[in-house]
Amino acid sequence: MSMRTDFDFIEQWINPGSRILDLACGDGTLLKNLQRHKQVEGYGLEIDQNNITAAIANGVNVVETDLDSGLSQFPDNSFDAVVMTQALQVMQNPHLVLDEMLRIGKKCIVTFPNFGNWRARVSLLINGRMPVTKQLAYQWYDTPNIHFCTVKDFEALCAELNIHIDHREFVAERMPDRQLKGICPNLFSNTAIYLLSK
Amino acid sequence: MPDITPENFAGNTVGIVTPQTLNFDEPLELACGRTLPNYQLVIETYGELNSDNSNAILICHALSGSHHAAGYHSEDDKKPGWWENHIGPGKPFDTNRFFIVCPNNLGGCHGSTGPNSINPETEKPWGVDFPPLRARDWVQSQARLADRLGINQWAAVAGGSLGGMQAMRWALEYPDRIRHALVIASAMKLSAQNIAFNEIARNAIKSDPDFRDGHFLEDNTLPRNGLALARMIGHVTYLSDELMGNKFGRELRSGSFQQGQDTPVEFQVESYLRHQGDAFSSNFDANTYMLMTKALDYFDLAREYGNDPVKAFSNASCDFLVVSFSTDWRFAPERSEEIVKALIDANKNVSYAAIDSNLGHDAFLLPNERYEQVLHAYMGRIANDQASDSQASTAEETTS
Repeated sequence: MSMRTDFDFIEQWINPGSRILDLACGDGTLLKNLQRHKQVEGYGLEIDQNNITAAIANGVNVVETDLDSGLSQFPDNSFDAVVMTQALQVMQNPHLVLDEMLRIGKKCIVTFPNFGNWRARVSLLINGRMPVTKQLAYQWYDTPNIHFCTVKDFEALCAELNIHIDHREFVAERMPDRQLKGICPNLFSNTAIYLLSK
Repeated sequence: MPDITPENFAGNTVGIVTPQTLNFDEPLELACGRTLPNYQLVIETYGELNSDNSNAILICHALSGSHHAAGYHSEDDKKPGWWENHIGPGKPFDTNRFFIVCPNNLGGCHGSTGPNSINPETEKPWGVDFPPLRARDWVQSQARLADRLGINQWAAVAGGSLGGMQAMRWALEYPDRIRHALVIASAMKLSAQNIAFNEIARNAIKSDPDFRDGHFLEDNTLPRNGLALARMIGHVTYLSDELMGNKFGRELRSGSFQQGQDTPVEFQVESYLRHQGDAFSSNFDANTYMLMTKALDYFDLAREYGNDPVKAFSNASCDFLVVSFSTDWRFAPERSEEIVKALIDANKNVSYAAIDSNLGHDAFLLPNERYEQVLHAYMGRIANDQASDSQASTAEETTS
């Protein structure tokens, strides 16, 4: 198992030899794993300079791209899967990015931090301050995370955009959340993982 | 650029280098239909070729470059080779790991056969009669150079600007002989504006009465003024507005705008440009300048592939690194992004870095922390792949 559990779910959903586009690919770890385990061909898009250098050193294809300025350079259905892990919340227009992902990819995989988790809710309720957790370790004024959503919010958006949810998985790090996430994922999961199609 | 003087040679430079001259007697058929019966190439090499000849890097120079890419020619040499910032021990093109080869291109004026060589048929300098060359002619001559050096496949072919065009042409012409192409501040073809600047530069040269329609060597003259003017025009376009503003602003070198004064005013930038032009015109050949700018103008990577860059790149089998610089307006980032898009659509391995720089097109020659990190990361990966490949082949040999 790799460090990030969302990566393990993603790997299960990727067919061997697929052509993959990884939006906000970070240092290329996911693509590198997918190249090793699933023999994928793929490109990562990234804007952070240090991540780009790290991805190059990691031996993956990384293309400097500002996702907020659009993905019109990619033809329709040109990838088997378009993946975006933990980056939906930093997009200027998450709904447009989702739409573009489903135009370019035959399927899409999206993972995001669930802001509906009870720890975030309690933090705001009790302290009256924006939650700062280990996973979301920014103050409100310096956070790159400008579009947080909950599991419910995300599914409502999918319904609005006519996006079909093929699979969903939830990750919770601590007890008792790990036992309860199945009953109420919106309250107990830290990370939500979706496999989507049009 | 910090001056690395011979006194602090140690560590970060290849030090003193000696060019070699190689003669080729096999005729070279050129894209224009003419044939060079024989020719010579002047080259420099840095580092050592490894035992399986797999660590060789070809560096292709741009418009005004030469074979002198790194190091110094003597103890007293004040100026290192043109890519000294990036070639040397511990630098991105690490001479401890790679064998680096840089030829002066055919048609050049630094020792390889060109307009100021003697035409064997007339026993006079070729001058303007030297055959026009295209990037593919250089690539072909470089392939013969590789044969001569025992290099079956380059670990990488790298170049900026016109050098990047050669790297791309290499990828299409000899797909089995190149593992990586580094295409820096380049383009698949020049824009109309870009061709226009080159035409102005050529006209500056032609309008110098000492150009003598290109036969100035026979007449023992040199079109210094025309060539200097051509260089001034080129130089302005290789820099950015911001850089010139920062460097010179409206500073005066002499004179004053004070009321009642009638002294002639000279801006710093005027004196700088004149110096650049003069320095260039005393060590560059006007016919080479014409030839190189035309090779730039005529280059069109996809022309013979139905003008379809995806189809063109489908012939490549190497991996690519593409790099652009934000204030480069002669080889703008958009041109690099077109290359990247075509490569992705052709399903080729490519990485792309868009470097923030205020240095214009010349940024590809100059120090820049992020640019160096990107080159280091990419070249490091090539060196590591090579190390694991040779380990694997050693293991194979031991087991078989």
